[in-house]
Amino acid sequence: MYIVLFVLAIILLYAIFVVWAERKVAAFIQDRLGPMEVGPYGMLQTIADLLKLIQKEDIIPTGADRFLFRLAPILIFTAIFAGFATLPLSPEWIGSKADVGVFFMITILSLDVVGIFLLGWASNNKFSILGSFRSIAQIISYELPLTLTILSVVMVSQTLDLQEISYQQGIWFNNTNGINTALLGITSWNIDVNMIGGFVSWNAFKYPFLFLAYIIFFITTLAECNRAPFDIPEGESELVAGFHTEYSGFRFAILFLAEYAMMLLVAFLGVVLFFGSWNTALPNIGSLKLAEMTSGIPGTMNGNVWGFFWLISKALVVVFLQITIRWTYPRLRVDQLMNLCWKVLLPLSLFLVMLSGIWVVWMKL
Amino acid sequence: MSKSISHIELFTSAIQSMVIGLRLTLKHFVRSVVVKRRAPVSVMDPTYFKQPDGIVTNLYPFESIPVPDHGRYRLHNEVDDCIVCDLCAKICPVNCIDIEPIKSPVEIGKTSDGSTKRIYAATFDIDMAKCCYCGLCTTVCPTECLTMTKTYDFSEYDVRNMVYHFAELSPDQAVAKKVEMEVLAADEKLKKAAAVLPKESGEGNAEASIASKPVFKPKVTIPSVKKAEASVFDHSKDIEKTESSESTLNKVDEAESKPVFKPKVMIPAKKPIIPKPKEEGGEEKA
Repeated sequence: MYIVLFVLAIILLYAIFVVWAERKVAAFIQDRLGPMEVGPYGMLQTIADLLKLIQKEDIIPTGADRFLFRLAPILIFTAIFAGFATLPLSPEWIGSKADVGVFFMITILSLDVVGIFLLGWASNNKFSILGSFRSIAQIISYELPLTLTILSVVMVSQTLDLQEISYQQGIWFNNTNGINTALLGITSWNIDVNMIGGFVSWNAFKYPFLFLAYIIFFITTLAECNRAPFDIPEGESELVAGFHTEYSGFRFAILFLAEYAMMLLVAFLGVVLFFGSWNTALPNIGSLKLAEMTSGIPGTMNGNVWGFFWLISKALVVVFLQITIRWTYPRLRVDQLMNLCWKVLLPLSLFLVMLSGIWVVWMKL
Repeated sequence: MSKSISHIELFTSAIQSMVIGLRLTLKHFVRSVVVKRRAPVSVMDPTYFKQPDGIVTNLYPFESIPVPDHGRYRLHNEVDDCIVCDLCAKICPVNCIDIEPIKSPVEIGKTSDGSTKRIYAATFDIDMAKCCYCGLCTTVCPTECLTMTKTYDFSEYDVRNMVYHFAELSPDQAVAKKVEMEVLAADEKLKKAAAVLPKESGEGNAEASIASKPVFKPKVTIPSVKKAEASVFDHSKDIEKTESSESTLNKVDEAESKPVFKPKVMIPAKKPIIPKPKEEGGEEKA
């Protein structure tokens, strides 16, 4: 129970922080200052914005389907919030120790699409419904390469449990299933990456082709979050904010929150699958046991705190990258979007699935 | 596009250009964080156009770009030095200066450059909303009392507040002076008439020329209006008047001229009379 409240608090804190950070990063990239008025360096700007949003009138358009209009934001936020359930925040902190965590995550994220469709449909507005159409087309097609890249991780890890995948990428791994943990899979070198720990034992390093998989994963998750350069569903310049055109006040705040929570969720998922989850980034070098110094034993308070620290800092780096990319690349056209997905990412991810299959078969102990 | 590009080439060049773009934005990000923000420099500064990188924002109300020494911004009239010659009002291309002079029978005083003041300014209003900032009035001003200051941010919610009042006389004082001057002129006229009449009684021409003299100046209709206006506010000002009595004439002027020119009493006028030291302070800050 407490983990739910903890995650909710984290999401709210993160949203307040990251909206400010996004504006600051955008400003710095464009040689501006960004918000400076509220609080030191404008840090409390988001709180001021939220207060403003909450005070606003709750408008439901006359032609809107009132029930669905009210339901849609709740559905979206619930879907994304539920995604955090199977996410391991530390060796012990996990909402649900489901054996099919990855599978659950993918399915619950797909519910997001239903919410977005409802947004557009219930608004009874041409821009909203166009935004929804685009969003659905985009999310459904990008879900394929996304799932395939996740599948390649699952194939090499031989498990669907996110906590198990996390353990495999650190020094606390208890190898009972006979998984090849040698460096680059070459057993004759007698180097066990799980003894070294740190970044060496991360999936993206242990199985180098998974780094390419991560790049595909990152691109597709950008599209899943409807973030630039894949923000055609929201395209301010053509669709007047797309599917949330008609939303204002608190409901808009919820949608906004859900959008940023989604960013954090996919950042977490990417870190868990590819970049060592809650494991430390520093390896043991000879007698200098950096990895053991910077991670507590699982089950202790120390282990939880260190674990959460590593996970959140890695995720924030990814979020920073997401923000930077938003302020670097122009928006893709619809045809370019589909071109990228079906002609580039899908073949590449299929190739990666094959590669990981071959790896698992050949590199078996 | 005569030469077809292979997909692989297209792919690699796309990746390359994306990397270049990301590097560029990251470079800007890092430089913005690392490089200390440059303090605002004047346009006259040789480095003005040569900022290599870093944040360029100017936090305006808190800091501003220094204005050039000869910048043309808000007008200010140092009324103690003004001889009410009306040159500024005459040269003004947009007629934004409104002066109502009252001749004084005696010398009022000297300006700081030694010119003799002989005319009171009953009204010296500059409508900064009309002003086109050409600076002609400051050029013609013989005593250099009308100048352009460095204050450029003086927007108002009410356009009437854009009219700046520089007059040294309060309305009732002006009326008093006017009456005094009229009496004097009438006296003189009588004297002259008395002197002329016995000599040439039949000459209409001479009489006309004499009569035209006073017409030259006093606009007889205006004083009556002024009087009425003044009387409206008279009772409200009585207390103030008795309090300050005639201790320092100038101060009373400043305090009392307020209500007449700006009938809305609710906005009690930080503007109508410009206290000079305050403006000077503003300039130094800018």
